Amino acid sequence: MSDIAATDPLPKPKRDLAPLLLPVLLALLMLPLVGSASSWVTLTVASLAMGMMIFIMASGLTLVFGLMDVLNFGHGAFIAVGAYVATLVLLPLASWAQADSLLANLAVLVPAALLSMGVTAALGLVVERVLVLPVYGQHLKQILMTTGGLIVAEQTLYALFGPQIIPLPVPAALRGSFIIGDIAIAKYRLLAMLIGFAIFVAIELVLNRTKIGLLIRAGVENREMVEALGYRIRRLFLGVFMTGSALAGLGGVMWGLYREQVHASIGDELTVLVFIVVIIGGLGSITGCFIGAILVAMVANYGGFLVPKLALVSNILLMVAVLMWRPRGLYAVTSR
Amino acid sequence: MMILSGDPPRSRTLSVLLVIIILALLATPFIFPGAKALNVAAKICIFAALVASYDLLLGYTGSVSFAHTMFYGIGSYAIAIALYGLGPNWTSVAVAVAAGLPLALLLALAIGLFSLRVEAIFFAMITLAVASAFLVLASQLSWLTGGEDGRSFQLPELLRPGTVFIGKEWFGFPINGRILTYYLVLSACALMILALLRVVNSPFGRVLQAIRENRFRAEALGYRTVFHLTYANCIAAMIAAGAGMLNALWLRYAGPDTSLSFSIMLDILLMVVIGGMGTIYGAIIGAAIFILAQNYLQALMSIASTAAADAGLPLLPGLLHPDRWLLWLGLLFIASVYFFPTGVVGRLRSKPGSQR
Repeated sequence: MSDIAATDPLPKPKRDLAPLLLPVLLALLMLPLVGSASSWVTLTVASLAMGMMIFIMASGLTLVFGLMDVLNFGHGAFIAVGAYVATLVLLPLASWAQADSLLANLAVLVPAALLSMGVTAALGLVVERVLVLPVYGQHLKQILMTTGGLIVAEQTLYALFGPQIIPLPVPAALRGSFIIGDIAIAKYRLLAMLIGFAIFVAIELVLNRTKIGLLIRAGVENREMVEALGYRIRRLFLGVFMTGSALAGLGGVMWGLYREQVHASIGDELTVLVFIVVIIGGLGSITGCFIGAILVAMVANYGGFLVPKLALVSNILLMVAVLMWRPRGLYAVTSR
Repeated sequence: MMILSGDPPRSRTLSVLLVIIILALLATPFIFPGAKALNVAAKICIFAALVASYDLLLGYTGSVSFAHTMFYGIGSYAIAIALYGLGPNWTSVAVAVAAGLPLALLLALAIGLFSLRVEAIFFAMITLAVASAFLVLASQLSWLTGGEDGRSFQLPELLRPGTVFIGKEWFGFPINGRILTYYLVLSACALMILALLRVVNSPFGRVLQAIRENRFRAEALGYRTVFHLTYANCIAAMIAAGAGMLNALWLRYAGPDTSLSFSIMLDILLMVVIGGMGTIYGAIIGAAIFILAQNYLQALMSIASTAAADAGLPLLPGLLHPDRWLLWLGLLFIASVYFFPTGVVGRLRSKPGSQR
């Protein structure tokens, strides 16, 4: 065995690129099946946009699980609350939102999104303190408590806003599409893609380049050791939980605008989707979550185009296929 | 003692409660005449069996499944589709049982083998995903399931309300096919609950409890935990399907709202938690309390809501509206998980003076 000098660089972790190639391969494979290039581009952009939105919602869930072994079955409630809070700003200021000027649109859209994130972050604080903390470390009770939280949140939304569907039109400047040749790309989808990608990059940067990120990653690997080194992991966890809730709220606003309607049941509907994404990606992994979200969106979009009947169960089939390949998800977090 | 598989209620109050509930259920057609009381009683029977089968999973193995209504729905739809498609006779009932139970079994086996290998949390998430896909499937395949409207059907001759066995002159009301159906439901549910008691008190049931307490240690002792968990999942699924069949026979209808919806899953969870996890008896208590409350308290809520609206209070009418029943249920659920994790049965058993 050769000696290792202190000055030698640390061995690089092995890169695992196969899952990264998966969405690219899937997209290329679909090109001949879809037939025309223009519909392929439209579908691909649609799946990327949808995937980014799902990623925004799912990222918080996977981090919270990875860091603290807490699975929040009430995550969908943050999504729904985020969407409803946005309607509080966007509907009274509809004249601004529908004005044909990008600046005026953004002047309502940005505060609406920020307010949603603020409210959901505060809600996250309450949920963490009231529902998660007392049953910390007990999976069974966590699942039961957070499921209860989801019901209460959803029913409160019904009581406050009524059971009807609230229409939430996209601001005027973001409607319509850019048309390049015979390819149409919806403006809102492009924006969703940009925001989602920016958030992905930001999360990766924070996790990989800052001290807080280092602590979070260390906590995911080995919680006791981080605590033994004197860091208050509970506080760190609270921060991650609130950030995750805020991101879910942002995702809810974007999803509401994407669907152009808001209803309390989006919480339930997206919880399932977000769970599938998190399982596919590997519980606790951000990169896995990102790829999982894109895969789920691609299967939904291509599947819906090619075999509409299949779209009902396509997510389950995708999950089964991925878990056959890697039983712990695409990127399994090592310590579990 | 034999019939209870050597697992008596172990608390005097609990025994008295159980005897009262069972006697009341047995005598319902005679002491509470009327369609509503009979409906409530039948629902208590069906849910007691359904919840007991869920308790086998949640209470005895500690794994949370969100797919229990799926198996319940498979049973309901098997009866509905067979009786609707093949006509109202006993052959179709037999076909439904012969097709529904194996289907539930196979699905439970597939889900179990697939998700119980890894972690309890995986199982919860995967069952949720599969169950929601099944719900969508059932409401979309309308040529088979009747879609959102569900399927209404005719019962075999013997079970119809029109079939009168003993005329009015004896009890003041006729003993008809409806009452026969009720006793069929009651006895089938009692059999299923007794069978579950047998299962949890067998050596197999002890292994399940060992897995719940410490899976790693159970595995180290040489038990194949995946096999045991999957087996338990299959038994629970078959009993849930059986309860679903009785539900369809009683309602003469199967649809997404009565047999598949997520809110039924929540009701089941709540009944298990209120009654007491890991006791089987808790299922009977939980189902009785919950269904009585659901049927008679909702009326109270609507009175309170109108009163609050008349008094001009803000927000309260909306919160007390009968449609917001689930809100209070959710709060009750959180509170009972937090404050009474052992449920009614656990409370009664831990009281000083109870027989140990």
